[in-house]
Order: sequence, then C-alpha cells, then structure tokens
Amino acid sequence: MFGTGLIVFRETLEAALFVGILAAATQGVAQRTRWLALGVALGVAGSLLLAGAMEQVSSWANGFGQDLVNLVVLSVALFMLAWHSIWVSAHAREMSAQAQQLGQNAALGEGTLWAVTVAVAMTVLREGAETVLFVTGLMSGSPEHPMALAVGTLSGLALGLLAGWLIYRGLGRVQPKRLFAITNVLLLLLAGSLASQLAKTLQQADWLAWLGDTAWDTSSLLSNDSLPGMLLHGVVGYDASPSLLQVLFYLATTLLIGLSARHIRMHPPGR
Amino acid sequence: MRYTLSLLCLGLALATPLVQAADNEASLTIKDHQFSPAELKVPANQRIKLTVHNQDSSAEEFESHSLNREKLIPAGAKAVIFIGPLKPGRYDFFGEFNPNTAKGAVIAQ
Repeated sequence: MFGTGLIVFRETLEAALFVGILAAATQGVAQRTRWLALGVALGVAGSLLLAGAMEQVSSWANGFGQDLVNLVVLSVALFMLAWHSIWVSAHAREMSAQAQQLGQNAALGEGTLWAVTVAVAMTVLREGAETVLFVTGLMSGSPEHPMALAVGTLSGLALGLLAGWLIYRGLGRVQPKRLFAITNVLLLLLAGSLASQLAKTLQQADWLAWLGDTAWDTSSLLSNDSLPGMLLHGVVGYDASPSLLQVLFYLATTLLIGLSARHIRMHPPGR
Repeated sequence: MRYTLSLLCLGLALATPLVQAADNEASLTIKDHQFSPAELKVPANQRIKLTVHNQDSSAEEFESHSLNREKLIPAGAKAVIFIGPLKPGRYDFFGEFNPNTAKGAVIAQ
C-alpha cells in the first residue's frame, strides 16, 4: 500500500507542481481556471488513450516509439512555455501597471492561455500515462488487496495534488507586484527542466550520442528519490547525476528564453 | 544578441556528426518481476545497446539513477535503451513498479 502510494505520489507530484506554478503565473487572468482545467482534462484523457495504446506505440520506430512520443510531448511543452514566457515579457509594462492598479494581471488576457493549456496537457499526459499503466498492472496481478491498492493510489494522488496546491497558495501570498517576477523565473526553470529531460530522451534512444558523461553526481547528498530531491526536480528540474548534454540543454534553454525575454522587454515591439 | 549567436555556434559545433563505433549489445529479461541476469557484465568505455524484454503481464519501468536512465516497458514488450560509455564499476538498476523484487546491476569492466 505504502509502495503503491509512493509511486503514484511521485508521478503526480511533477505534474501537480507544474500546474500549480502555471496557475500562479496566470493569477488574475480572466477564464484562466477554465483553461487550466481544460489542459488537465485533455492530459488525463490523453493519458488513458496513450496507456491503452502503449504496447503498439512502443513497437513503433524499431522499439523507440515511446521515446518518439516523449520527444514530441516534451518539445511541444517546451515550445509553449517559451512562447508564454516571451509573450509575457512583451507585455510586461502594461501588466505590472495593471497589477499595481487592480492587483491582478488582466492584460495577459486569453492571448497566451492556449499555450499554457497545451503545456499543462502535455505534462499531465506524460506523467499520467505512466501512472495509469502502473495502477492497471497492479490491478491485474498484484497480491495486494484491492482496497489497499485503492487507498494507496488515492492517497498518493491526493498528496501529489496537495503539493501542487501548496505551491500555488504559497505563491499567492506574494505581493502581486513581485509575483510575476518570481513566476517568470520559475517558468524559465521549468523550461530548463523540460529541455534537460529532452536531452535525456535523445541520449537514451541514441539520437544524440555525445556528451553522455555524467556532469556531477550528488546522489549521496540529495538523491532523486528523497522528498526534497523530488520537489526540487519538480520545481527546478534537479537531477542528481545529469549528463553533460542535459546540463547544456538546461543552460542553453534558460539563457535563450531569458535573454530573448529581456531583449523584448527592453525593446517592446511596435513602440 | 552576442550571447544568442555564440550559443547557436556552440549548438552547430555539437551537431556535427561523429563517427560511431559498432554497438555492443546486451539483453535483460523481466519475469515474475525479477531481472535476469541480475548482474549484467558489459565492456567498459563503450556504448551499449541494451534490450529489455518484459515477459510479465504487467508493465514495468526500467530505472537506474547511476546510469541516468528510465524507460517504460509495456507487458510483453521489448524496449531498447542505449547506455554508456561507462567507466568500470557497478551500476544498480531496478524496476520502479516492483522495486522490492526487480533489482539488478550492470557491471562495466
């Protein structure tokens, strides 16, 4: 029961933190709850479909079908986050003016919410499909009592969602004026995290064979399996022993998005 | 802008294809939520094509922190995972969905 809960918790946590941070980053935008809910719903529906088709998917591309799906899902999520971050920067001035007047972020409007919705759907899909396969596997052939299984699954899910809700509420306590400076940095780090996982997928499938050496190994200090390790992974993309390519992807992505956003903020378009 | 350009140049330099050595192949089987062989010997300092065949009727996730790999393997399916080049040593792996029984290690030598 405990083991079941832990695995479901780990899978849920990453997606829940992602949604929590994006919910804080779109604070005050009209209709944003509906858009986020749509993203989660699409992600959950997609998870069920993908889990059901995983056997076929895995056999595509000479056994690399799953890596191919991961690659697409991660790239789309990354592109959407980058789009949102840069869009926000382009409207930073009006947004912070409005945030000061109204305590909310109305200027953001629905202009970029679709990108957030897609990014959320992709992240829920990625974590969700694994969870569905894990739980259905247990249902078919586990010595555990179905009740223990249900309790484990639901408590893991609930704790994961709680973590996402806590980060959302925690960010909600920040003054609106500072909130967007903080969420912009968090979005950048989430993008870096997606890029790092993208690098790992490329290496594992041998689509990029270079820079496979381990950049550092801090697993004895802070392992991927510890609670702080899991939380840090979900928020900043922490990995205890990343490859050099992962680090390069992480840095290049955060720098590219960060510098483009800064450039646009300093030279606003059409002014 | 200069940063962006230098990053682009770096990216291009990295994208230059490298000549690859022939792959070494190794394989693992999962049955009754256990890996066999539990210790898999592979040559050090070479890239290895590892095939994992899941013969159980439920999915498993091959995971290794030291190898920095994780891959889902549906029931009855085979998955290919590239690992290495590895320095000589022991690299533990486990099945994330059955961590109590599915344990093993790659020994690079």
